[in-house]
Amino acid sequence: MKFERYGIGIAKGMALTFKHLFRSPITVQYPEQKLEVSRRIRGNELVWFVERCTGCATCAKACPQGNIEIVTHVGDKNNYVVDKFEIDTGRCMFCGLCVEACPYDALAMGRSYERAQYRRRDVILNKEQLQVSDVRQPSGYARPRIEATLPKQNLLVYWDKKEGGQKLSWLGLSKKRGRGV
Amino acid sequence: MTLLEQFQLWLGGVWPDWAAYIVPGIVGILIVLAFVVISVIIFIWYERRLLGRFQVRLGPNRLGPEGIFQPIATAVKILLKEDIVPAKGDKIVHWLAPVIVFVPVLLIFAVVPFREGAILTDLNVGIVYVVAISSISTVGIYMAGWASNNKYALIAALRTVAQMVSYELPVVLAILGVVLMTGSLSMTQIVAAQDVPFAVLQPLGFVIFFLGTVAEMNRSPFDLLEADSEIVAGYHIEYSGMKFAMFFLGEYGHALAYSCIITTLFLSGWQGPLLPPIIWFLIKVIAVFSVIVWMRATLPRLRVDQLMSFAWKGLLPMAIINLFIIAAEVLWLPEIAPWIIVAINFVFAIVLVLLWSRLFTLGGGRVEV
Repeated sequence: MKFERYGIGIAKGMALTFKHLFRSPITVQYPEQKLEVSRRIRGNELVWFVERCTGCATCAKACPQGNIEIVTHVGDKNNYVVDKFEIDTGRCMFCGLCVEACPYDALAMGRSYERAQYRRRDVILNKEQLQVSDVRQPSGYARPRIEATLPKQNLLVYWDKKEGGQKLSWLGLSKKRGRGV
Repeated sequence: MTLLEQFQLWLGGVWPDWAAYIVPGIVGILIVLAFVVISVIIFIWYERRLLGRFQVRLGPNRLGPEGIFQPIATAVKILLKEDIVPAKGDKIVHWLAPVIVFVPVLLIFAVVPFREGAILTDLNVGIVYVVAISSISTVGIYMAGWASNNKYALIAALRTVAQMVSYELPVVLAILGVVLMTGSLSMTQIVAAQDVPFAVLQPLGFVIFFLGTVAEMNRSPFDLLEADSEIVAGYHIEYSGMKFAMFFLGEYGHALAYSCIITTLFLSGWQGPLLPPIIWFLIKVIAVFSVIVWMRATLPRLRVDQLMSFAWKGLLPMAIINLFIIAAEVLWLPEIAPWIIVAINFVFAIVLVLLWSRLFTLGGGRVEV
């Protein structure tokens, strides 16, 4: 006598969904909560380190699209001074070849991924915009030393307060539960 | 005497007769209408949040505290949409259908007793009125399917009619069990007779009535008429704007109405200890609705033939046997010992469910339904 045939299957299914009521939701509330991206993300908005750049234009030669425009003149100490360094990120396909080609680690992929602009001209980034700032951090792509310092990727929001999460406010059901899944 | 009649009587000493008769009626109708619309809006929000939690999501939580204004935003969005009538559709019927779906739902609430005396009209044939009125919205759905000039809408309409005809029988037979024990068709009397809720006294009748009404209000797992994955949206595929909103309101209003009817017939209505009666009534209604949402979150949709055979081979014979058992109990067993009846009925319910589930077995790689 198999009890699956007497409505036990339905009861099991109902019990399973009932248990789900007491689990924490796995929803990521995007603009407020953000997950850590991969440490080697080829995010947009390349990062340019002005002090390491020699103006050799290897990156511009490596670019399959020809997006990088670089203009230099010879400085006092027999070096190149970069007058203009512009990347058209609107046409960039984020292959990362410029970063791999740079002999002095002066160029890195960025970690940010929110690149929407209101004007088409705004996606062409100039010398000042390309430098490191709070919102423009270099990723570990082809840069193992940067990668070692970055936080690890996570795929879920952690609801547990001990792990730096926040409490859930839907009838307080999931307060005592652990991580998202 | 209901509260409405008391109001009329009191007003009769002050105002002329015709005004004293009409004004309290209008006030009562407005109160019930406001209750229906507001609770439907709250139910939409509640179902979406609860369904989200069943699926380990959050559900809408952006608009207002805990997303409570989401249904209002949805309503505004729907109202702003363009109203489209199919070029080759039947325009008059297309206009009329949403009204015919929505109005009977409101009419049901005329006989829902919220507490002692808080009922619009205490009809002496209340439950027959409910059965009669609630069938009308099927006509509206059929009209919608016909007037849309769309094959999916027509398929959905035909499915609805078949479903309604099939499930009306076991539902009415289950109601008859309640009526036999009460000895009255009036909703107030039915509630007053339930010192022990009929869900305990007649477990099989309760299960049959619950499943039958879930099928009648066309909700999952019996939502064949708007099966998104098969016939897109069913009968309201060609509807938009306010007319679609009427269908939407009608659907949730149906769920609310049947939750109220289940509460009244089987869960002893407003009766309960400590809390005020109306709070007890609302608690029970919300509990019934939560179970319906729970079923929606769990059970997959039935096939059409499974649906039909579940009504005709499963619920109907069980409902008939249940009616005979209850009739025999009312006839021969003394009313002073309800717990004997409870025990007998539970035994019969379990035996019958086990026997009938033999009919619906899945096995050997072949589906015999």
